Amino acid sequence: MTHSVQIKNLDLSFGAVKVLKNLNLDIAEGEFLVLLGSSGCGKSTLLNCIAGLLEVTDGQIFIKGENVTWAEPSERGIGMVFQSYALYPQMTVKGNLSFGLKNAKVPKAEIEKRVARAADVLQIEPLLNRKPGALSGGQRQRVAIGRALVRDVDVFLFDEPLSNLDAKLRADLRVELKRLHNQLQNTMIYVTHDQVEAMTLADRIAVMKGGLIMQLGTPDEIYNRPDNLYVADFIGSPSMNFRDGMLENGVFKSGDLTLPLIGYDFIDPQTADRPVVIGMRPEHIVTGELVANAPVQMNVTVDLVEPMGSDTLIYAAVNGDPFRIRMDGQARVKKGEVLAIGIDPSRASVFDKKSEARL
Amino acid sequence: MAVTDTGQQGASIKRPSRLFKNKSAKIASIPMVATALVIFIGCTLWTIYHSFTNSRLLPAPEKWVGLDQYERLWNTKRWLVSIENLFYFGLGSLFFSLVIGFVLAALLDRKIRFENTIRTIILYPFALSFIVTGLAWQWILNPKLGLQNVVRDWGWESFTFDPLNNPEIVIFGILIAGIWQGSGFVMVLLLAGMRGIDEDIWKASRVEGIPAWKTYIFIVIPMMRPVFVTALVIISAGIIKVYDLVVAQTSGGPGISSEVPAKYVIEKMFLAQNLGQGFAASTMMLLSVMVVLIPWAYLEFGGRKND
Amino acid sequence: MTDMTGPRGPKPKRVFNSTNIMIYGTLFIVCLYYLLPLYVMIVTSLKGMPEIRLGNIFSPPVEVTYEPWVKAWSEACTGINCEGLSRGFMNSVRILVPSVIISIAIASVNGYALANWKFKGSETFFTILIFGAFIPYQVMIYPIVILLRESGDGMTNVMQMFNPMLEWMGFEGFGKIRLMGSLWGLVIVHTIFGMPILTLLFRNYFTSVPEELFKAARVDGAGFWGIYFRIMLPMSLPIFVVAMILQVTGIWNDFLFGVIYTKPDTYPMTVQLNNIVNSVQGVKEYNVNMAATLLTGLVPLFIYFASGKLFVRGIAAGAVKG
Repeated sequence: MTHSVQIKNLDLSFGAVKVLKNLNLDIAEGEFLVLLGSSGCGKSTLLNCIAGLLEVTDGQIFIKGENVTWAEPSERGIGMVFQSYALYPQMTVKGNLSFGLKNAKVPKAEIEKRVARAADVLQIEPLLNRKPGALSGGQRQRVAIGRALVRDVDVFLFDEPLSNLDAKLRADLRVELKRLHNQLQNTMIYVTHDQVEAMTLADRIAVMKGGLIMQLGTPDEIYNRPDNLYVADFIGSPSMNFRDGMLENGVFKSGDLTLPLIGYDFIDPQTADRPVVIGMRPEHIVTGELVANAPVQMNVTVDLVEPMGSDTLIYAAVNGDPFRIRMDGQARVKKGEVLAIGIDPSRASVFDKKSEARL
Repeated sequence: MAVTDTGQQGASIKRPSRLFKNKSAKIASIPMVATALVIFIGCTLWTIYHSFTNSRLLPAPEKWVGLDQYERLWNTKRWLVSIENLFYFGLGSLFFSLVIGFVLAALLDRKIRFENTIRTIILYPFALSFIVTGLAWQWILNPKLGLQNVVRDWGWESFTFDPLNNPEIVIFGILIAGIWQGSGFVMVLLLAGMRGIDEDIWKASRVEGIPAWKTYIFIVIPMMRPVFVTALVIISAGIIKVYDLVVAQTSGGPGISSEVPAKYVIEKMFLAQNLGQGFAASTMMLLSVMVVLIPWAYLEFGGRKND
Repeated sequence: MTDMTGPRGPKPKRVFNSTNIMIYGTLFIVCLYYLLPLYVMIVTSLKGMPEIRLGNIFSPPVEVTYEPWVKAWSEACTGINCEGLSRGFMNSVRILVPSVIISIAIASVNGYALANWKFKGSETFFTILIFGAFIPYQVMIYPIVILLRESGDGMTNVMQMFNPMLEWMGFEGFGKIRLMGSLWGLVIVHTIFGMPILTLLFRNYFTSVPEELFKAARVDGAGFWGIYFRIMLPMSLPIFVVAMILQVTGIWNDFLFGVIYTKPDTYPMTVQLNNIVNSVQGVKEYNVNMAATLLTGLVPLFIYFASGKLFVRGIAAGAVKG
C-alpha cells in the first residue's frame, strides 16, 4: 500500500534548539490525520516541513511515493489552508482562486472549470465577485479551502484553520470539513490544539509534545487507551483523575484506598509490582443505580458542585486529594453529602510512575 | 485637579461653569491652542491678506491692489522658471524616491545578511542638513576637480557631467542630491509597510508557486496602498518646501535657472524689499500644498466626522 | 532501521546563485552611491590644496593634514569676521538646548492632555495643528518677524517698569529685550514649529498606554500634574528619546529659520557654513570647505549612529522634515 505521505527520521533544529526529533509518520491515502498538541509542541512546524515552507535539518519527506525533501512547495502536490486564511485582499474571490492557476499557465477553460467545481463543492458561487473584505469569517475560510481545491492535488494541509472563528462558527465549519472530507476523499493533514476538533474530524490523531509524537492512534484508542500519562492528561475535558500509588499483585493501593484492578487489560500479563499512577476519567465513574453493578464500589464526600447544565461536575475528596466525578445535569447533589460511586477498573489506565508508559 | 460638578446642593452653591471644568488640561494646552490659532491660522491669514496689498519695505495694509501682485508674479520670468523647476524636481523626486525606495525595501525584505548595516548606510544622509548635502554634491559635481575630471582621467576624454553649470539640466544635479538624501527615508517607510504584511500571504503564494516578483507586484504593492499614499504626501510636502538644498548647491544658478519658489519668496521678502510679491508667492505655495492635501484629507477622513 | 537513499536533509544551496548575485550586487552598488559623498568629503578635508588641484577626488590623501579642520573651526571667515565655525557651533548649541527642552516639555504635556484629558474643542485644535504642519513656512515667516519684534518691545516695556525699583536696590535695570534677531527668538520659533509633530508623537504614545493605569491613578486621587509627573513621565523614556532625536536633528540642521531670525553674530552653524563656502570670493579652499561641511554634519551624524533603531522610529513617526 503506498502511503500518501511518509515522514522518515525528520529532524528540525533552529540553531541549537531541536524542535522536531527523529519523527517518523506514515499517512495513508484518503486519511484525515490530525496533529494535536499545545503551543510549541512542533505540530505547525511539522506541517510547514511537509509543505516545504521550512527546510529540514535531517530526514526525508515522501509524498505519493516521491521524495520531495528538496522540492519547492508548489511542486509537492499539496494545497494549504492557513489560520489567517491569507486571501489576497485586493482580488475578488474568483481572482484568488484563479491567480495560482494563471501563474501556472493552466488554459483558461480549465481554470473556469476548476473554479466552478470548487465553488460548487464549497457553496461559494454567489461570492465569486466579492472581495475578501466583504466576506464573513466562515466564508473566507471556505474561499481559502477553495484555493487549495482548485490546485487539483492529493494532499491538503490545514494549519489551525478554525482558530480564528468564534465557537459557534467553529462548530458549524467543523461539520462542513468532515462532510468535505467524506465527499472528496483526499488525504488531509490537520493541525489543531483543540481536542474536540481532533476527536471529531480525525481518522487518526498524532498527539505531539516537545517535537515528539506521544501517541499515534484512532480517536477511540487515544481516548480509551492512552499510551502514556501525557496523552491521558491532555485528552478529555474535564481531565482525567490521577492517583499515585503502588501496584501490588494486580491491586492498586494508595493510602486508605485499595482498588483491585479487576478486568484491567495489562499489556504484559506478567507486570511486576511497582509504583504506578492510575487514571480514571470523571465520566467513567458511575453513580446512582449503576453503582450496584460496578466491580468496585465506594463512598465519597462531596466537596464542591459545579452545575453546567448538561452535566454536573462533582469534586469529592478521596484520600484527601480532589477527585472529579461527572454526573447527569439533572442530578441534585449537595455539598457535604456522601455519594456512592462505582468504578470499573477495565476503563481505567495504569501507568508506570517512572516511565509514564501505559502498563 | 479636575473640577467635578457639584450637583444640586442648595441654591446658594452655583454650578462651576463649564469653562473651568478640566482646568489643568486647558491651561496646559494653551501653547497648542495659541500656536494653532495665532500662528497657523492668524499668520497665514495675515499673509494672504497682505498679498493683496502693495507692500514694499514694510507691510502696508492700506494699499489694497487686488490681484495686482499675482498678475505681476505670473509675469515674472524668475517665478515661472522656479515653478518649472519645481515641477521637474517634484516629478523626479516622487518617481525616483518611490521606485528606488521600493526596490531597496524589497531587497532588504528578503532577510539578507548585513541588513542593519545596509540600512544604516542608506539612511544616514537623511540625518544631514540640506546645506551639508548641497555643498557635498556641489563639490562632487565640480567640473574641473570633481567627478567629471576623474572619469576623464580614467580615459573617457569626452565625458561630460557638469549639470550645475548647464542651465538646461541643473535641476537634475539638484535632483541627484535630493534623492541621495531622501530615498533612505522612503525606503524605511515602505519597508515597515512591507513587514506589516501577514506572513501567511507569502506562504500561500509560495505554495501556489507564484514567483517572488509577481507576489510583490500583484499582491504586496496593492496591499501597501496606504503606506504609498503616506509616502507620497510626505514627499510632496517636502518638495514644495525645497530651499536649503538649492541655496547651498547652486544658489539658484547658473543665473536663475535653478530657482525654486521657496527661494523666490525669501528673496523678495527680505532682500528685494518687495513684501507684496513675497506674500503673493508664498500664498501660491500654500495653494499648491492645499491642492495636494485637500483631496488626500478627503479620501482619508471624508465622511467621518472629526470629533 | 530505515535506509535512506535520495535527497535528505536540507537542500544544498549554492551561495553564488544568480538571485543572490543580483541582490547583493545591486545593494553593493547602491551602498557605493550613498557612501560616496561621505568618503569624498573626508578625503578632501584631509588633503592639502596642491593635492586637491591634481583633480582626483576619489584618491585617498597622499599626505594627511589636519590643517583644513583647524582652519575651518577657528579661522574661516564669514564676511569680516574670521573666527571660524566655532562661533556658529556655539550658537547652534545655545539654540538647540533650550529649544529641545522647551519644545519637548510643552509638546509632551499637550500630547498627554490630548490623550487623557480631552476637552471640548481639543481635537479640533489638534487637527488645526496637524494641518498647520503642512503649511509652507514661508506663509507664516513674515508675520512672525513682526510678532517677535513687537513682543520683544512689549516685554522690554513691561520689564523696564521694574527698573526704578531695581536701581534703588543696587541692581542694573533691564536693557532692551530683543527677541527678533536673538537666539531666544529662534528658540521660540523652533518650539512653535516643532509642536505639531511632537504633540502627535506624544499623543499617540500616551493613547497607547493602557487606560486602566490612568483610571487607577484617578481613583487614588491624583490630578493632572500628579499623574503626568509620577506615572506618565517615568514610563515614557523611549518616546522622549525619540522626540529628542527628532528635535536635535531637525533644529541642528535647520537653515531657513536661522537665516531669517538671526543676525550674523547669532548665526547657527548651518547658516555660517553656507556663508563660508558660497560667499567667498577668490581662491576657494576646498579642503577647508569640506572640513567645515563635515564639522556641521558631525552632531546629527553622531546622534544617528548612536541611536540606531530609535532614529528609525523617530522619522517614521514625524516625517515632515524641512
